Amino acid sequence: MTILGILGKILHIVIVVWLVLPLLAALLVWAERRVSAFMQDRLGPNRVGPAGLLQPIADLLKFIFKEDVVPGHVNKVLYVIAPALTLVPAMLTFCVVPYARGMAIADLNVGILLVFSIASLGVYGITIGGWASNSKFSLLGGVRSSAQMISYEIPLGLAVIPVLLVVGNLNLESIVAWQAGHVWLVLPLFPAFVVFLVSSYAETNRLPFDLPEAETELVAGYHTEYSSMKFALFFLAEYINMVTAAALVVTLFFGGYTLPFVTLPGGAWGTLLSGLIFAAKVGFFLFLYIWVRWTLPRFRYDQLMGLGWKKMLPFSVAVILVTAGVRAYLLG
Amino acid sequence: MGYKTVDRPRLRFLERIYLGPVVLGLGRTIKHFFGVFADLFRWDRKKYAITMQYPEERWDFKDNFRGAPALVKDQFGREKCVACQICEFVCPPKAISIWPAEFEDAANNVEKYPARFEIDMLRCIYCGYCEEACPEEAIFLVKEAELVGADKRAFVHDKEKLYAMGGIREDRILKWHHK
Repeated sequence: MTILGILGKILHIVIVVWLVLPLLAALLVWAERRVSAFMQDRLGPNRVGPAGLLQPIADLLKFIFKEDVVPGHVNKVLYVIAPALTLVPAMLTFCVVPYARGMAIADLNVGILLVFSIASLGVYGITIGGWASNSKFSLLGGVRSSAQMISYEIPLGLAVIPVLLVVGNLNLESIVAWQAGHVWLVLPLFPAFVVFLVSSYAETNRLPFDLPEAETELVAGYHTEYSSMKFALFFLAEYINMVTAAALVVTLFFGGYTLPFVTLPGGAWGTLLSGLIFAAKVGFFLFLYIWVRWTLPRFRYDQLMGLGWKKMLPFSVAVILVTAGVRAYLLG
Repeated sequence: MGYKTVDRPRLRFLERIYLGPVVLGLGRTIKHFFGVFADLFRWDRKKYAITMQYPEERWDFKDNFRGAPALVKDQFGREKCVACQICEFVCPPKAISIWPAEFEDAANNVEKYPARFEIDMLRCIYCGYCEEACPEEAIFLVKEAELVGADKRAFVHDKEKLYAMGGIREDRILKWHHK
């Protein structure tokens, strides 16, 4: 790779991961508040900027100017690095997602495996944050988080295997290409899609599986003791995780940046168009995340575990077996 | 005693996989979402978005609303207060202060008027006793309810301010004209 290529890659990373993703997260915070308000017959933040669009910027300014309190009873080193440990994996996982034609930051052959390995690191930030805070609410939040994420990572991973069985490739670009050539995988693999979607809610700590935060029981869960920008980093990580999860659902099951029966023009315009298609699909799933959050109540902890281990896990294994059987039958 | 065993209904399969109620709930929330969304583009009779946008939209107070007390003049522009000080006496939190003065020429048969009339709105409890007690129908609780000030002095309403708030109320008896 030439120097110019490396510089271009760095620019790519800076623009997508450091600029677009946080801005998207900010937009998502605004959308979350407005959509939730609408669903509760309220109006939500509509004062700052047009339709309240600048509200997240105002929130960010507030976070920056707030006093950065480090409580006296915390483990200082772990307390400080925990937010970063949550944010970095959240940003890293997006790198392999092809968000427009040929525009993944890292077009890796092990794409989907990288996503899972990095995403599972995110639990460390939360658990360490909960432990370092040295408070019972934070600790309980952290412990719940680790248990929940481990339980749901298994169905999440197993739900991807049917996709890999059908496509026969780990590379996300090839998965998209296969879907463009054949059919969106959500049609033949609908059960796997349901398992993946439900697990992704648990993976991103969203309602109905937001047990790590569980305001009514744990104050704020793992980030109870965090304030100002450190809290904002946790917050940002949660929303970036949402974007990544939605992007993965779209890439794996909804044809990524392609549309059926439509051939995009070549060149820059086609790439831009493919990016817009991807954005629209991701936008729908982000809306679904918000929609579900403001509809469903939180699961009880034992229900959460029961659903994960006793229902989702056997179900996803069954889906794999059926898919493998059908594939073996079809391919002789 | 002590505890009671509650019979829990045994859920059917469809109930245990949550999906039906989940879909119903999603339908309910999206109905409200689009209801409010449609209301944003409707200027009359909002069905869902009933939030009042405060500084632009205000409450529609009824005529008997008990806001800040204010002094009124009759249709001839005569100040009705005769400085009898009954309101000052009846005021539970002692918010009203009156400095009476006598007319030199005793116009309209009235002998006294308030030289200074002050109501401390930080003390006022909006009880309306002053309005009830006033024999001259000179003091009323008006619809003014949003009082703003940067210091305590701004909340002491003087005579000028009280007349500005009260304005003119028609007097149908005009008892001083018939003396």
